[in-house]
Amino acid sequence: MAKNPGLTGLIIEEPLLWEKGGKGRSGMCIPDSDVPAATPVAALTGAGPDFPDLSEVDIVRHYTRLSQWNFGVDTGMYPLGSCTMKYNPKINEKFAATAELAAAHPMLADEYVQGNLQVIYELQSYLGTISGLPGVTLQPAAGAHGELTGMMIFAAYHKSRNSKRTKILIPDTAHGTNPASAALCGYKPVHLKSGANGILPIQAVIDAMDEETAGIMITNPNTLGLFETNIREIADIVHSKGGLVYGDGANMNAIMGVIDLGKSGVDIMHWNVHKTLSTPHGGGGPGAGPVCVTKELEKFLPVPRAIKVGDSYKMEYDCPDSIGKIHAFHGNFSVLMRAYSYIRTMGAENLKKASHLAVLNAVYIKEELRGTLKLAYDRPCMHEVVFSDEWLQEYKISTLDVAKRLIDHGYHPPTIYFPLVVHGAIMIEPTETECKEDIDQFIAAMKTVVAEAKTDPESLRQAPVNAKLRRLDETQAARRPCLCG
Amino acid sequence: MRYLPHTNEEIDAMLKVIGRKRLDELFCSVPDECRHDGAMDLPEPMSEWALIDHASELAGAMKITHKHKVLIGAGSYHHYIPETIPSLISRSEFLTAYTPYQPEIAQGTLQGLFEYQTLTARLLGMDVANASIYDGASALAEALLMGLRIGKKKKKVAISKALHPHYREVARTYLRPTEYELIELPYDEDGRTDLSALAEIEGLAAVAIQSPNFFGVVEDQEKLGKQIHDVGALFISTFTEPLAYGLYKNPGECGADIVCGEGQSFGMPRSFGGAALGMFACKDKFTRNMPGRLVGETVDVDGKRGYVLTLSTREQHIRREKATSNICSNQGVCTIIAAMYMASLGGTGLRNLAKLNFDKMEYFKAAMVAKGAGLVFDSPGFNEVVVEFNNDFKPVFENLIEKGIVAGLELGKYYPELAGKYLFCVTETVSKDVIDTVVAEVK
Repeated sequence: MAKNPGLTGLIIEEPLLWEKGGKGRSGMCIPDSDVPAATPVAALTGAGPDFPDLSEVDIVRHYTRLSQWNFGVDTGMYPLGSCTMKYNPKINEKFAATAELAAAHPMLADEYVQGNLQVIYELQSYLGTISGLPGVTLQPAAGAHGELTGMMIFAAYHKSRNSKRTKILIPDTAHGTNPASAALCGYKPVHLKSGANGILPIQAVIDAMDEETAGIMITNPNTLGLFETNIREIADIVHSKGGLVYGDGANMNAIMGVIDLGKSGVDIMHWNVHKTLSTPHGGGGPGAGPVCVTKELEKFLPVPRAIKVGDSYKMEYDCPDSIGKIHAFHGNFSVLMRAYSYIRTMGAENLKKASHLAVLNAVYIKEELRGTLKLAYDRPCMHEVVFSDEWLQEYKISTLDVAKRLIDHGYHPPTIYFPLVVHGAIMIEPTETECKEDIDQFIAAMKTVVAEAKTDPESLRQAPVNAKLRRLDETQAARRPCLCG
Repeated sequence: MRYLPHTNEEIDAMLKVIGRKRLDELFCSVPDECRHDGAMDLPEPMSEWALIDHASELAGAMKITHKHKVLIGAGSYHHYIPETIPSLISRSEFLTAYTPYQPEIAQGTLQGLFEYQTLTARLLGMDVANASIYDGASALAEALLMGLRIGKKKKKVAISKALHPHYREVARTYLRPTEYELIELPYDEDGRTDLSALAEIEGLAAVAIQSPNFFGVVEDQEKLGKQIHDVGALFISTFTEPLAYGLYKNPGECGADIVCGEGQSFGMPRSFGGAALGMFACKDKFTRNMPGRLVGETVDVDGKRGYVLTLSTREQHIRREKATSNICSNQGVCTIIAAMYMASLGGTGLRNLAKLNFDKMEYFKAAMVAKGAGLVFDSPGFNEVVVEFNNDFKPVFENLIEKGIVAGLELGKYYPELAGKYLFCVTETVSKDVIDTVVAEVK
């Protein structure tokens, strides 16, 4: 087996931007003026901001050093359950940078931007095919934005039927965004408890669903990495009371080519393209959260959407039932270009295989670590596996300690303390792009850390020691906020 | 497939460990009725080289490309981007990192965001800026909702009709499923927002204006701010062109409570409107009502300075349905790009570049007027203006397309009362020669 990757290199300190530089330096070329100088209205003019003046070399060193303090998926495995960091193919970057498309102004007439519209039209169609829900908008700028779009469609749908509904069902395994998105549309969340097996029981839905309830938001596979086997029955119950089923598509990466959401009874779903379609997360974004809906709900989607008329593409605005625009322009087009590139590179069979291997990697980790950490739910998992801290408590070691010690061993920690239904959750999602030897090495690191918890617990409590900084005081950051330098 | 590293032998070995024979057995918990019928109907996979050819085909379908001079702003601007930015931001440590949940190994992103927040707050003259929202339009919608949270029992907000028409549409979309009322305020003959109706509106939580506004007119923000505060509402100032604050008084100086807008101008290509950058800032006293991520300074156990995500008790993953917003990301890479751009220009450069944009537009206006065209609104501006012509401009527009110039945006679709009038933008990327070519065609 290869050696533990957690060594430290040379880390170079770098001050804040305004702690360096000198007045009169310049880091950017400004063209000479070829027009006469004019005078702005004095009463309206200001002094301009107090920015530092830096040279080009200052800028390059600054950001190069900053970048070296980051761990990325190109650095190593990122087993961040529920968040998902698969490899981001390089060709996607080149494709997205295609100059003619990347320079397009968003308000040009359709005839001038057929290339952009073709990408939008085709991507709409691919996402419809993969999800099994044919109506598609690419406008939402992130997964949570897609959820909000979905909730707005819930509201528009019920309004169109003169049906006043005030509640929405949300299982306790949901992402925090679900209740927050629903609340923005005036829905009061009704929290449903998952069963002892981690699956939402049919009875819980029967008991809670009524004609004041707009529907249900359900993540499938759920955030425990388990497939909601009752999905079809749950959908039937919700539909029978006039409700809709929102499928949080955050975990689409586990089911591509296998599960047809339309056939599962889902009415609306969103994608998180960084999770499933390999777009870079960028330390927080930009993302894209396309939304797919049934044929019946298509008329409520945001405007405009791309349509094909003969051989040309057109942005269709004429949709009187639409909820309206959700983004100033066409969503995060440059991100959607990467998702398009990924689908065109992969094709149907490889997408399905990616989901198969994502599940294989997770189940393999589950089996290899089942004697090391307590499994939260011992049943067949999909793309991620959740352990609890139960076996660590006797050593007075927390999930956080394990996470921080993993950093010293060269790994980004898994997701911790989520989902909330598991005590001290450690949620591991390897993704399909990690090979067996890397997975084996990660498993070995996990076992080492748990062994250290017993023999040398202090090494966990003090961790990390190999990173640029040691543990940071988050309490002080929140109590006395310093948000601006 | 090169992204899928498993050999058949490895798959077999792993299946053996987990006690399965075939990969599809992994999905045994999925009922048949939920499965796809057969293979998905998608195009055959493309090699890297075939994909590059496909990109060329798509590029070939574009009638207007990066080689054209596009004299349209309207919320999406063409400015020169220094080569340092694409080079630095393509570093995969920035690009392939996740949200900085583990601050010890994410200080690059965190310090970068802290610097972005600080430069943004300084630019806008505000106390606090967040780590960004999706785009200028959703930032406006979030600002209105924030105003309503602060206004508690007040149920109305108002926005200027001189605000970007798409932003107004998005604000309407956000507010439609709520109990709140959105009122539009007219613009006057100078193209500036007319607030004379304010006094008659009861229960107004906030008023949003844009400067420079959609017509390129710089609003008298001090005066508007005072009028808004006089009726007890919050003053939301929004923008699509942040470069203007290199030259003009910033919203903070004019009394704004919340400032938000689009940051694409700062180092990002137009990209058909996205990825965009929703910049968002407010006064200190409203911080806990602010949506979106925040990065704060702190120390590690050895007392070394570092940065963490903070005040997350406002956010959805803690607060769930009581959160200040459902947003659970930011524009990540776009914020770092904007910070790189602001830092590359520096205070001196930002001033000079803003002045250059202003000078170009003043030259453009003077040349148009000299040729007999009219300025619809005779007000102070920055790098955009609405022009009216004595004859139908459409044939001239089409002639100019042939010469590689897109001469403005016809406004009828957005403001029926301004049909036939064109909104123009000239930035530092438009030379005097290009301006002269456009003006020469005007009849």
